Amino acid sequence: MTEPLLETRDLVIRFGGVTAADHVSLKIEAGRNLAIIGPNGAGKTTFLNICSGWIKPSAGSVHFEGEDITRLPPRKIVTRGVARAFQIPQLFTEHTALENLLIAASARDGLRNPLRSMHGIDARDEMMHLLDMVNCADVADRVVVELSEGERKLIDIAVALALKPRLLLMDEPTSGVASSQKDEIMEILIKALSEANVTSVFVEHDMSIVQTYADEVAVWNAGNVQLRGTPSEVLEHPDVIRDVIGEEIA
Amino acid sequence: MSSVTTTAPATGSSPAALSLLWIAGVVLLAAVPFLAPNLQLLVNFALAKGLAVVGVTVLLRAGQVSFGHALFFGISAYIGAFVMASVPGMDFFGILIAGTLGAALAGLVVGLFVVRYRGIFFGMLNLAFSMIFWSILEKFYHITGGADGIRLTRPTVLGMELGRDAFELFLYYTAIVLVVGLGWFTIRWFASPVGQLFQTIKTNETRLEYLGISPRRAMLSGYLLSAALCGVGGILMATAQGVVTPEYVWWVRSAEMVFIAVLGGAGSVRGAFLGALIYEFVRTYASAYAGDVWQMLLGAFLLVIILFAPGGIIGIFERVFARGKGTS
Amino acid sequence: MNLTTFLLALFDGVSYAALVFIVALGLTLIFGVMRILNVAHGSLYAIGAYATVSLVGWVLALGAAPILAFPLMIVSAILVGVLIGGPVEYLLLRRIYDKPEVLQLLVTFAVFMILEDVQRLVWGTQPYFEAQALRALGNVTVFGVTYTVYQLILLPLVALTLLVGLRFFLRRTVTGKLITATTEDREAAQSIGIDADRVFLLTFVMGAILAGLGGALASPTTSILPGMGADMIVLSFAVVATAGLGQIEGAAIAALMIGMGRSFAIYIWPEVAVLVPYLIMVLVLLVRPEGLFGSPAARKI
Repeated sequence: MTEPLLETRDLVIRFGGVTAADHVSLKIEAGRNLAIIGPNGAGKTTFLNICSGWIKPSAGSVHFEGEDITRLPPRKIVTRGVARAFQIPQLFTEHTALENLLIAASARDGLRNPLRSMHGIDARDEMMHLLDMVNCADVADRVVVELSEGERKLIDIAVALALKPRLLLMDEPTSGVASSQKDEIMEILIKALSEANVTSVFVEHDMSIVQTYADEVAVWNAGNVQLRGTPSEVLEHPDVIRDVIGEEIA
Repeated sequence: MSSVTTTAPATGSSPAALSLLWIAGVVLLAAVPFLAPNLQLLVNFALAKGLAVVGVTVLLRAGQVSFGHALFFGISAYIGAFVMASVPGMDFFGILIAGTLGAALAGLVVGLFVVRYRGIFFGMLNLAFSMIFWSILEKFYHITGGADGIRLTRPTVLGMELGRDAFELFLYYTAIVLVVGLGWFTIRWFASPVGQLFQTIKTNETRLEYLGISPRRAMLSGYLLSAALCGVGGILMATAQGVVTPEYVWWVRSAEMVFIAVLGGAGSVRGAFLGALIYEFVRTYASAYAGDVWQMLLGAFLLVIILFAPGGIIGIFERVFARGKGTS
Repeated sequence: MNLTTFLLALFDGVSYAALVFIVALGLTLIFGVMRILNVAHGSLYAIGAYATVSLVGWVLALGAAPILAFPLMIVSAILVGVLIGGPVEYLLLRRIYDKPEVLQLLVTFAVFMILEDVQRLVWGTQPYFEAQALRALGNVTVFGVTYTVYQLILLPLVALTLLVGLRFFLRRTVTGKLITATTEDREAAQSIGIDADRVFLLTFVMGAILAGLGGALASPTTSILPGMGADMIVLSFAVVATAGLGQIEGAAIAALMIGMGRSFAIYIWPEVAVLVPYLIMVLVLLVRPEGLFGSPAARKI
């Protein structure tokens, strides 16, 4: 069996009295998009925060392509090939959509020349293509504050993709977006991911999205993976229907 | 959004007509020694201060304000004075380089500490550092000359000993060259990848970290530039005035720099120089009548700009210009 | 260092710490509730001192007993808080609560510049000295060291009373609870009918009164000079930064550390005494960037 892309071993994290991750051991295989579902407060976002270095676990370790990245700061983990998109888009709000991507490319390529305009960098075409891939080419020159939440979410993901990661962690890519747009966004996204050959882990509350777009599903409950399998296996499981989906409907 | 500290996008090229206007402005400055020789020294001071104001402007681009940047202005000036005192007949370019490097080095030491902070802490810690240096200058008077400061002898220029008038003329044109050169550099730097990464500190450090960049290092790059710019300004001021005093580092100086940066148009390099020129003229002619209330006027005017004209002079200027173009 | 100088340094430190704490208390209270660092706080301190000297000088010249200086200090502090603090909050700060932090800082800085000149206009640049209050309380001898009752007993007592009183006020009284509720969540507080504008005004005036009181209490112990406000804002910021912004009890400990550090330095190495508070602050912040008692604000992502 090949080495997993990302692996956590016995992750533990406690906030005050709450255990948000309780000895979590999880393997993520390259090429299989994994959806994480579960009730609110189960520790799904915390898991992404640990994997990307934002929070340090109380015990256990995180490995990316075999390397122990547990103690690395987020920026070092990013340079290893793990990018992150956020539930609330994290963008440079006073810059245009294209500029956000150009800044990402500048960071990725370590550009240092203080006399060359960022708009003239070699990666400009590549970034325009990326904007096109997420269907945002028409807003390339609009300042981010003026854009819709859906557009910002897509640009947030494009910024992450601009770093050419091998793994992308996404926190609710379709939250805050009108339900009519959710499928459209996911279509664009999954297509962009497979074009760029990026594996993704995404937290999601919408079960139809999970059913349609995930290759695998992990059910998060009370700080651990309760169940893992293909979407149809998991979503039809009585415990999941009771604990997770029931809550979604309620 | 009415924010004083506006990050201009990387494409900020002003219209061609506006550029011509700026070139005309530089030419006019270059003609001052012939057209209005009595203004030469005053403009020289304004240009020196303007460079330091650009230093403050750099930080405003990252949404940060320093209440202590006179520190670097003063450190450079004192280095110039010490070098002149210990190496008689030192060359102007020698002290220019020594002062600027010294300011940059001080910027590195202070910067490594303050780049961990933003907002209130950043502003106040800078103030604290400048107050520390000011106290040292006052207390260790056997080295620093205390409140009287140190007189600077006239440096040579590329080995030549110049008379007073010739040296002042040389200094004046050197200041113009430095202002144009460093102003151009800073504008280019703002638009470059490094400068853009620095400016993102204003809007989203989380994303910056998740681009694989250390926000502190990005901040430090701008801090070093700002300290070096203040350093060049400090040396120009010290040689033009012929004396350095602790007043160079006094918080009022730092406040003046912040004031001019906001007055000129926060975040604008050209605005910094325009603001410095206007400020120096008004100060020279108005403080004779309003010396006692000068700071009060500055404070009141600062409030007016922040509350009612957040774009500063350059904002008004460009708006009027754009409007004029639209109607004609 | 023999016992006598040690005790002198200790007493100097305690009385100095008490004064700085009173001023820092106002600064940190305003920050804790309003998230604004009032740079003009130092000016309020200076004006409190000037006002006291003028008032006391005037009243004593009429032949009143020196003991009257004490109520006059309180009167001066309240005048400063109400006549300066009130309008500053009402006319200026109220417009900028939703603006970026840098702008808020610039606004209070502008007020600071204005107030520095106001002092010069009203009181000139000559130093003032008025120590009637200090003399009125006499001296006390401890282990052979004679010290003024005013500095050794009254100042620390006032500081302690204010610390305990403010804690009590914030935790036990209705008005205090309204303030803490507004601090925690302004919108929620407004939704249950708390007038947040009034809470902010009250807080700012209280903070300003503390600054004025610090100045009033300092006035008999030092010459009142232009520039004392600038020194005090940086010093009290050093105290609240060392403690952690908004930490009321922490400010007391930080003030003691800084006061002691400075007063011992005066006896050991006087040239660096003024630097000691900042050195302490820088050392603390190097190890704990949020201050001794501050907790890092974890950003939710």
